[in-house]
Amino acid sequence: MLIAFYVAGALALLATVLAVTRRSAVHALLYLIVSLLSVAVTFYTLGAPFAAALEVIVYAGAIMVLFVFVVMLLNLGPKAEEQEKEWLRLGVWIGPATLATILVLEVLVLLLASPAGSVAERVGPADVGAALYGRYVLGVELASFLLLAGLVGAYHVGRLGKGGAGESA
Amino acid sequence: MLRLLWLVPALPLAGFLILVILGRSLPKRWAGVIGAGSVGLSALVTFAVAGSYVGATALPDGIFVQRLWTWWTVAGLHPEIAFRLDALSLVMILVVTGVGFLIHLYSTEFMADDEGYARFFAYMNLFVASMLVLLLASNLVLLLLGWEGVGLCSYLLIGFWYQDPDNGHAARKAFVVTRVGDVALTIGLFFLFHHLGTLDVHELMTRASAQWTVGSGLATTAALLLLGGAVGKSAQLPLQTWLPDAMAGPTPVSALIHAATMVTAGVYLIARTHVLFALSPTAMHVVAIVGTLTLLMAGIAALGQRDIKRVLAYSTISQIGYMFLALGVGAWSAAIFHFMTHAFFKALLFLGAGAIIHSLHHEHDIYKMGGLRKQLPTTFWTFVAASGALAGFPLVTAGFYSKDMILGSAFSSPMGGVWLWLGGLVGAFLTGLYIFRVVFVAFYGEPERELERTPGGLIRGPLIVLGILSIVGGFIEMPGTLGGVHILTGLLHRTLPALPEHAATGTEAWLEIAASLASLAGIGLAWALFYGRRATVEGFVARPTGAALRRFAHSGLGFDWLYDTLLVRPYVWLARINRRDVVDRVVRFIGDVCLALNPALAAMQNGRVRWYAAGVVFGAVLLVGLVVF
Amino acid sequence: MTATVPVSYALFLAILLFGIGTVGLLSRRNMLFMLLSIEVMLNAAGLAFVAAGARWAQPDGQVMFFFILAMAAAEVAVGLALVLRLYHQRETLDADAADELKG
Repeated sequence: MLIAFYVAGALALLATVLAVTRRSAVHALLYLIVSLLSVAVTFYTLGAPFAAALEVIVYAGAIMVLFVFVVMLLNLGPKAEEQEKEWLRLGVWIGPATLATILVLEVLVLLLASPAGSVAERVGPADVGAALYGRYVLGVELASFLLLAGLVGAYHVGRLGKGGAGESA
Repeated sequence: MLRLLWLVPALPLAGFLILVILGRSLPKRWAGVIGAGSVGLSALVTFAVAGSYVGATALPDGIFVQRLWTWWTVAGLHPEIAFRLDALSLVMILVVTGVGFLIHLYSTEFMADDEGYARFFAYMNLFVASMLVLLLASNLVLLLLGWEGVGLCSYLLIGFWYQDPDNGHAARKAFVVTRVGDVALTIGLFFLFHHLGTLDVHELMTRASAQWTVGSGLATTAALLLLGGAVGKSAQLPLQTWLPDAMAGPTPVSALIHAATMVTAGVYLIARTHVLFALSPTAMHVVAIVGTLTLLMAGIAALGQRDIKRVLAYSTISQIGYMFLALGVGAWSAAIFHFMTHAFFKALLFLGAGAIIHSLHHEHDIYKMGGLRKQLPTTFWTFVAASGALAGFPLVTAGFYSKDMILGSAFSSPMGGVWLWLGGLVGAFLTGLYIFRVVFVAFYGEPERELERTPGGLIRGPLIVLGILSIVGGFIEMPGTLGGVHILTGLLHRTLPALPEHAATGTEAWLEIAASLASLAGIGLAWALFYGRRATVEGFVARPTGAALRRFAHSGLGFDWLYDTLLVRPYVWLARINRRDVVDRVVRFIGDVCLALNPALAAMQNGRVRWYAAGVVFGAVLLVGLVVF
Repeated sequence: MTATVPVSYALFLAILLFGIGTVGLLSRRNMLFMLLSIEVMLNAAGLAFVAAGARWAQPDGQVMFFFILAMAAAEVAVGLALVLRLYHQRETLDADAADELKG
C-alpha cells in the first residue's frame, strides 16, 4: 500500500504541475484527468474505495468532461496558444510561487509539530452510505438543492437570445 | 405672602419668553405693555412680600428660603433652585423692581420709534429676571447663573443698535473686561467649594467662620477672588474701562443696567459674603483702597467729558467706589443705603439725560446744549434734584444722608482711617463740581437749538417719581445728630452686622459739617467756573498744560491706552504669529494623511480578479502564519 | 498487507497539490485555466478530508468529500456558463480585461 501511495502521489504531483503550465487548454485538461485518477488511487491506498470511485466517476468523468465540452465550444485555435505564450513569461510565476511556497512551508511546520497517526482500516461504501443517509441526510438534501441551483443558474446564464444575460451588455 | 417669592423673578422671565416667541407678531403697544407690565407685577409682588417680611419677626436669623427643586447633583455639589429672602435681598429687590418698573415705563415712550421695540423689552425683561435671580439666589452657583445672565443681557443691550459696528465693539469690550472678573469669581467658587465643601450661602458662612480664623490666608484668598469678580462687574479699578464705552447703548439701558442695578451686583456680592470678608482684614483693606482710588480717579475723569452720558458713567464708577469704601470699612448697611439712594438719583440723571437726548435728536455733547431750563422744565427740576442728591446737598437730599453715613463710618470705623475719609471728602467735592458743571452748561445760558419734540407723560412721570424719591428717600435713615431715624438699618441689621464702634456725637456733627462744606464748595466752584461766560475755564484749557490735563481726564486717565499697550497689542501680535494655527495643523494632519493614503488604497482596487485572488491567498498565508507562530 | 500509509504524508500531498493549484490560479490569465486551478485546489481539499477520515476510520471524511464534489460540480457548471457568456461578449478569455469594477 505504501509504495502504491508514493507512486500515485508522485504521479499526481507531476501531472498537476504539467496541467497548470500547459499552453493548450486541451492538453492541460488531459493532464488534469491523469492527476485526478492518481488521486483516486491515493484514496484507495488510504482505505477509502468509495471516495476513489466517486473521484473517477464524478470528478474525472463528469466535471472534466464538461470542461472539455466547453473548450470545444469555445473553439480556441492556434491564436489562443500564441496568446498564452505571451502571457506565460517566467516573471509571472515568481510572485505566486513565493506565496504558495510560504503557505506550504507553514502547513508543513504544523504537520511536523504534531504527527497524525496511520490509516487504521478501510471504510467501505456501506459505512459511507449509512452515514450519508443517516446522520448527514440533511446535507444530502441541501446538496441536491445546490445542484438544482447550479443547473438553473447555468441554464439561465448560458442562454443566448431573449432573457438571461443575452441582451444586456 | 412670602410664598409668592418665586413670582418675583418668574414674572419678568415669563415676559421675556412671551416677547421672544411672539414679539414680532404682536402689535407694538403690546410689547411695551408686556415688557413693562411684567416688571410692574413683579414690583407689586415684591411690595407684598416686603410687607410680610417686615411683619415676620419670627423667622430664624431673619431668613426665609423658598426651595423649588435641586438643579443638579455632581460629586457632592447639589445646588438648588432656591430663593433666599432676608433684609439685604429684600432691599435690593425692592429697588430693582421699583426703579426697574419706572425705567420700563419710561422706555415705552423713549424707544417708541425703534424697530427693535419688542426685542428691546425682551432683553430688558431677561435682564431683570437674571438680576432678581442673582439677588435672591440662596447658593453661589445660582448667583453665578444670574451673574452670567446679566452679563449677557448687558452685552445684548449695549450692542442693541447692532448695525453700527462701534456699538458691537463697545458691547464686546464690556463683555471681555467683565469676563476677566468673572474668571476670578469662578475660581473663587472653586476655591470655596474645595475648602468648605458647599456653595450654599448660609452653610458657607457658617463653615467659614467655624473653620477659618480671622486673618487666615484661605479666607483672604477667597475674599480677594470674589473681589475680583465684584470689581469686574461693578467697574472699579482696574476693570473700569468698559463702563464709559457701554454708554453706546440706549439710555434706558444705561439707566437700568449701568447705574442702578447690574453694576451694583459686585457690591451685593461682597455684602452677601461679608462673613468671608470680615474674616480677612487684608481683603477689607483692599476693598476700601480700591473704592477710594476709584472714586477719586473717576471723579477727575468726569471733569473732562463732553458727552453727558459719559459724565454720568464716570459718576457711577465713582459712586460705586463710595459703596466699596463703605464695605471695606465694615459699614455694610451704609453701602446698601447708598446703593438705594444712588439707584434713585442716578437712574433719574440718566433718564433726564435721555429726555434731553430724545428731545434734541440724539445730541450728547453738553457744550452743544444750553438754555434747556426753559425748554424742558420738568427735566430741569428733576435733574437738579438728582444732581443735588448726587453731590450730597445738605439736609434736603437723599444722597446727603447716605454719603454722610459712609464718610462717617470711614472716619470712625476700626478698619477706616483719616486718609480714607479724606479721599471720600475730596471725592465729594469733585462730585459737586462735575455734576453741576453739567447742570450749568446744559441747562443755563442761551438755547443753542430748537427742540425736536417735547417729552410726554410716560417720560416725565418716572422722572417726577424718581425726583421725589431722590429728595425724601434719605429720610428713612438719619444720623443721631439730626433726629436719629433708623428705619433702614433697623431692617438691615436683621441680616448684616452693625458697625462695632460709633463716633461720639460731637465728632459726628463735625463730620457732617465737613461733608456739607465739601459738597457746597464743589457746587459753588462749578457755579463760578461754568455759569455765564466761562472765561477762566476756557483760558485754562487753551494753555498746553491745561489741554494736556483735559485730554488726560477725557481719556479716563489713560487706562484704555495702558491696557491697549500692555495687553491687547501683545495678544494681537501673538495671534498674528499663530496665523497658521498650530493646533489646527495637528488636526488637519489627520485629514491630510487620509488624503495621501487615498490614491494608494484606490490603486489596490483595480478590478482584476487575479489581484483579488492574490489578496485572498496572502491573507490565508498570514492567518496560517498566526496559527503556526 | 503492506505497511499502512501515514496520514501526515497524505496531508502533505494535499497541501502540495493545493499550492500548485494556487500558483496556477494566480499566474494564469486565461479564465479557463483559472477555473481549472480552482478544481485542483478543491480536489486537494477533498484529499485532506478523506485522509483525516481515514485516520479515525470514520466515514465522515468521505461524506465531506462527497459534498465537496457536489459543490464542485455545481460551481463548474455555473462558472463555465459565465466564461462562455464573457467570451461571447468580449471575444477574449483574458481575466484582466474584465476590470470595469475598478476604482
